[in-house]
Amino acid sequence: MPRTYFSEDHEWIDVEGDIGMIGITDHAQDQLGDIVFLELPEVGTSFAKGDELAVVESVKAASEVYAPVSGEVVEINELLKDNPDAVNKDAEGDGWFVKLALGNVTELGDLMDADAYKALVDSQN
Amino acid sequence: MVDFAGYALPARYRGIIVEHQQARNAAALFDVSHMGQIRICGPRAIEAIESLVPGDIAGLAKGRMRYTQLTNENGGILDDLIVTRLDGDDVMVIVNAACKTADVEYMGSVAEAFGCQLSIDDGAALLALQGPAAETALAAVVPGAQGLMFMEADAFQWEGAPVWISRSGYTGEDGFEISLPAEQAKKFAEELLANEAVDLSGLGARDSLRLEAGLCLYGHDIDTTTTPVEAGLTWSIGKRRRQKGGFPGADAIRQQLQNGVSRRRVGLRPEGRAPAREGMEIQACNGEIIGTITSGGFGPSVGGPIAMGYVTTSEAAAGNTVLLILRGRPTMAEVAKLPFITPQYKR
Repeated sequence: MPRTYFSEDHEWIDVEGDIGMIGITDHAQDQLGDIVFLELPEVGTSFAKGDELAVVESVKAASEVYAPVSGEVVEINELLKDNPDAVNKDAEGDGWFVKLALGNVTELGDLMDADAYKALVDSQN
Repeated sequence: MVDFAGYALPARYRGIIVEHQQARNAAALFDVSHMGQIRICGPRAIEAIESLVPGDIAGLAKGRMRYTQLTNENGGILDDLIVTRLDGDDVMVIVNAACKTADVEYMGSVAEAFGCQLSIDDGAALLALQGPAAETALAAVVPGAQGLMFMEADAFQWEGAPVWISRSGYTGEDGFEISLPAEQAKKFAEELLANEAVDLSGLGARDSLRLEAGLCLYGHDIDTTTTPVEAGLTWSIGKRRRQKGGFPGADAIRQQLQNGVSRRRVGLRPEGRAPAREGMEIQACNGEIIGTITSGGFGPSVGGPIAMGYVTTSEAAAGNTVLLILRGRPTMAEVAKLPFITPQYKR
């Protein structure tokens, strides 16, 4: 079973073995509104924790998505190229962004579980 | 909700794209009560307003409206506005929320010099009903409103309250703007919303609609550093006004009309799907900087990114290819004719 972690920047990461699948949370897509374009990194690119991983363009504005952990991109979600609205429809499922080969699994300890993330979102509303 | 010039504005209800399509396909109801509703009254009110704007106001028949600008001595734009001719020489002026205070002070002092009174309708709400279903929906609530033509306004009654309705808008669609006492506005809106063709749209959709329609947003596409000629608004300058002047910046504007301008507002269609945003640089194909994006985003009806900006006149022809630097990445864009969509005004 993959284990899901959440970041303060409203990203989620599903970890299975040493691979982490990353996306933005349902709360984040709701805040951004209609997503019309995603700039995703290329396979093989390495990121340190906190680096700009992707850019999400909504009708109104562009928002950066930061790597919640360090790692190397092993796969990107090709579906999003022509269907960026998949992020609006299913942010925590079909709307995933990239899969990273994790660089340092101890970084996962800095992230939140689902309950802690829910509490964070509730406190911001 | 977002704060805009001190007003809590509904930016988004269900989602900008669906709210945008509501106006293109049915009827969208917007609350635009933040706009300034001003009256200038007195026997010399036409003279007073014509001393401030390049538009031909004296030539307007009663109940007819015209888009014009408050210009400064250099021909720069202090605000853009719609002037409606009322009874006699009286006029009604709709101005931008962010400019309202400055406009009232400036126009008020000029009105006074012409022996006129300026008043601001603080107690009036302003609703906009826009889209192909707007006429039928409004006529069901206010019979007779369907008789108005584009850029025409008249007084109506609704449940004993005075409502002032104009056939105008900021979306490129047929539609109406309805001014009525604020205390009646909610019930009036609810009555319109009871029609299944009508739904609420926010200011986010209003922005994508007006961008597709090629309409300027003050403070972005036009400001004190741009003139009506550079902005491609010469159609709004009356023939008599061009010949005789008599408005601030007339010399500068007439000189530009005669000799041309060094830059022009244009539409842009970036390649691919990444939207260009306000403030981004525009380059010629040889890398020379030729201008800046002033409005940019995604056009839901166009189905892709669209933008407006100013470019050097020699690069401003429709079909010309330019480069936009989108987040450090050079992207080709085609200079496009404005508007991006075909307006559906009922003339």
